[in-house]
Amino acid sequence: MSIPMFIEDDMHLRTRMAKLNWWLILLVICVAGVGGASLYSAAGGSMNPWASRHFMRFVVGCTGMVIIALIDIKWWYRLAWPIYGVGLALLMFVEIKGHVGMGAQRWINLGFMQLQPSELMKIAVVLALARHYHGASPEQAKRLSFLIIPAALIMMPVALVLLQPDLGTSLMMIMAGASVVFMAGAPVWLFIGAMIATAVSIPIAWQFLHEYQKKRVMTFLDPESDPLGAGYHITQSKIAIGSGGVEGKGFLQGTQSHLNFLPEKQTDFIFTLWVEEWGLFGGIGLLTLFLLIFITALRTAMKCKHQFGKYLALGISVNFSLYVFINISMVMGLIPVVGAPLPLVSYGGTSMLAALIGFGLMMSCGIYRHSKVTR
Amino acid sequence: MHHSDDLAEKIFTRRAIVIGGLQIAGLGILGARLAWLQVAQGKRYAMLSDKNRINIKMLPPLRGEIVDRFGVPLAVNTQDYRVLIVPEQVEDLEISLNAVQKLIYVSEDDIVRVMKEASKASKFIPLRIRGDLTWGEVAKIEVHLPDLPGLSIERGEERSYPYREATAHIIGYVRSVSQKDLEHGGAPVLKHPGFKIGKTGIEKVYDIDLRGETGAAEVEVNVHGREVRELKRRDALIGDRITLTLDGELQRFTQEILGRHKSASAVIMDAHTGAIYAMASYPSFNPNTFVNGISQAEWQELLENDALPQTNKTIAGQYPPGSTFKMITALAGLKAGVINKYTTEFCPGHFKLGRDKFHCWKKHGHGKVNLEMALQQSCDTYFYKMAAEVGIDAIADMARQFGMGEELGLDLLEEKPGLIPDKKWKRKRFNTKWQPGESVVASIGQGYILTTPLQLAVMTSRLVNGGKAVNPWLTGYIGDKFMADQQAAPPMNIPKQHLDLVISGMNMVVNSTKGTARASRIEEEGKEMGGKTGTAQVRRITKEQRRLGVKNKDLPWKQRHHALFVGYAPIDKPRYVCSVVVEHGVGGSSAAAPLAKELLQKTQERDPAQIQMQPKIIESKEILQQFMPAKAMKGLPKKTDNQEGTQ
Repeated sequence: MSIPMFIEDDMHLRTRMAKLNWWLILLVICVAGVGGASLYSAAGGSMNPWASRHFMRFVVGCTGMVIIALIDIKWWYRLAWPIYGVGLALLMFVEIKGHVGMGAQRWINLGFMQLQPSELMKIAVVLALARHYHGASPEQAKRLSFLIIPAALIMMPVALVLLQPDLGTSLMMIMAGASVVFMAGAPVWLFIGAMIATAVSIPIAWQFLHEYQKKRVMTFLDPESDPLGAGYHITQSKIAIGSGGVEGKGFLQGTQSHLNFLPEKQTDFIFTLWVEEWGLFGGIGLLTLFLLIFITALRTAMKCKHQFGKYLALGISVNFSLYVFINISMVMGLIPVVGAPLPLVSYGGTSMLAALIGFGLMMSCGIYRHSKVTR
Repeated sequence: MHHSDDLAEKIFTRRAIVIGGLQIAGLGILGARLAWLQVAQGKRYAMLSDKNRINIKMLPPLRGEIVDRFGVPLAVNTQDYRVLIVPEQVEDLEISLNAVQKLIYVSEDDIVRVMKEASKASKFIPLRIRGDLTWGEVAKIEVHLPDLPGLSIERGEERSYPYREATAHIIGYVRSVSQKDLEHGGAPVLKHPGFKIGKTGIEKVYDIDLRGETGAAEVEVNVHGREVRELKRRDALIGDRITLTLDGELQRFTQEILGRHKSASAVIMDAHTGAIYAMASYPSFNPNTFVNGISQAEWQELLENDALPQTNKTIAGQYPPGSTFKMITALAGLKAGVINKYTTEFCPGHFKLGRDKFHCWKKHGHGKVNLEMALQQSCDTYFYKMAAEVGIDAIADMARQFGMGEELGLDLLEEKPGLIPDKKWKRKRFNTKWQPGESVVASIGQGYILTTPLQLAVMTSRLVNGGKAVNPWLTGYIGDKFMADQQAAPPMNIPKQHLDLVISGMNMVVNSTKGTARASRIEEEGKEMGGKTGTAQVRRITKEQRRLGVKNKDLPWKQRHHALFVGYAPIDKPRYVCSVVVEHGVGGSSAAAPLAKELLQKTQERDPAQIQMQPKIIESKEILQQFMPAKAMKGLPKKTDNQEGTQ
């Protein structure tokens, strides 16, 4: 098997800058701005402690995103396996460190931020899968034997994340990975079968859930039953969102969030704070920004002339949208409470970093969409 | 290869559109859910949101003041310093409380109470450890504040009674709301921590008026119930000020001179208007000790005192009136025509009725006396004989006309009716016939007859005001509302010559050579008093004692006679009336009359009737000093913050 290569001369920096998807950058800045405004409000109208760091990280992350975007896609193609390997190693590292006696830690302290390897691993999985499927013919993709490597690529990190234990992240990883397998042309019946299998296996999986996870699910099914206990978060979040109404209570006027009725208002429940203050207009506005990002990602993927870029761009988009769906569904009481941030909006370094790295890779796919690929 | 690429492209495009469609559908679901929550359910959630965050906080009103007729404060709200502790700010509440105990005096009861309160209330609510701190104590706490987290000094309003013992029976006191007070519901403000209500006296009778109107504030609270800010406020309204007819300084003076005896009471009132100027009962108690909970030891002491410090004897003490009743008997005799101005009797020192022998107080008799002389020298025989002819029912009717035998309706709760017996009463009570000898005993205010000092004062007022049925009153104004009966006292239709005759006798009691109270006469011209002494047996004098000539003052205290005096002044134009009862004081002329003299002297000197009562409070210290003794001034609210203070 020969090493596939991108055959194209290096472009000038200026050309690459011109081809950069400025529209996507603008959308990303808008979403991060919503986050910054909400964090400013969450602190009671103060840049500290959250908003200032949020913006600082965004500026740094955004620069990183542009650098990633400007790097020739062939490098990312080449680095796909090593990146995957490093990600896996980091996951193992936190796992071992946790066992060695530091408690159940999911992050590595980098000093300026706490890095959660599992967040970065989601990107790495997509990258590796895109690498694997690059150059594969439809016939190959349909073959079951061709699924062995993708299955392993997905299940190895998932197993490690499950050990942490972090059910939410592992499910997101499976879904993001599966989406790449799907778009690469794996048989449809496989996915339908998997869905049926999942439905059947839920009662079995139930027994493996931790007590707190079981409780979360139970509370989700009937939150009002325990309004001051585990159902409290969902109920309070719904009250905050609902009381915002169409026009919202106004910037810095979100009573529920400011009076601490809302838990984790700066992280997982940031969307609640946003729509309490800005109402339906603000909520729909933010959802529209996400919609535009998804459409941009889809266009980038479709326009890309090589399979690696197509899979990578769309896979990253799916990964990002999973965050959005899971977080927003959770705070609105559509799914059980799972600890998932809203990337670029929530306060949290890793999720922002992962999102920006993802968009950087996506934009790289856009700039180098004409690269010829051989396998 | 080209074909395969095309196919792959096609598959990807199809599947990418499926994925993109799912993403858009997902966003659609989120948007729909958002609209459902914010539009369809918006009102419901907005309501829940307000319920979450808004608390109604009660603002307890300041209690209305009670002032005397000149506006001198009798019950006020003084600033008081308390030491508070916030349980959530201390590591161990008990250790912190013990640390406070090392600095200032805190009773064990208080420690137990704070611990109990802490277990019930939210941890951030400050609890009062002790109130009424002196400046020295405040300073000690302040100095140690850095080592004592959770501790703070608060300035609050506390009820205080500057005249202390002197007005305790009339004003009463406030105390914390008890469980019993809450049994019948009552205003929600009663449950406010630290709220106090009137428990006795005027404080209790007009509690609702004094309480004022509770205010409320809508406060925004966070998830722990901690206040964040105030949204709306309706201020509390201070309660009505109550203006009493009392003259505070006269009241204090009366209380002071009563203290010469073990147990005594006195009433000073206006013969024409019925306004009470002073009404004192000795011994008394310090109402200020009740406000924050009296100690067990102090309480025990009050209970064990056989002179009953907690009883207002002017209205709740019932005594045989003794010779002070003789004016009633005289009027009954005059009315029945049994005697007139010139009727004389010979007093041999006793009166015989059938086989019974009734002794005059003067062993060897008064000789020949008419009515005026009989009053002057308090000859019992004259009245014995008259009563035997008039009969009890006529005497009882006259006594009731003069306000005896029933409550006078003063706005204090413990008033007793006394007792005026007649034939019907005896039948009902004992189911036996009234004996003529009982009328004889009743004629000199002994036997079954019981009266209160207030009734004696009212009786005297009605005698000297020209026979008008004046009623006593104590409350002048509630707020700006005048409370007295606006109608003039109705005439009792007693012939003027009858009244004049009796009054002439009373004049002679004090101002003539043989009068029983001559020693207590007021010599200053125009201020002379008239009156009548009374010495009431509390038990029958045995034949043995009479034979041995045992002196009453040598008997045990409880067996000695009550000493009474009713008086009025000035004699030419009677205005002020006073009644004095010295329990077991042995003799009316020796124990009660001297007090009455001083009281009527002081009353005329102050002349409270000359100043129109006004519903106001005196704020200026300079004016206040004219009305108030320095002792009482100390208890008044500090208007200025005098930081140096005394230790």
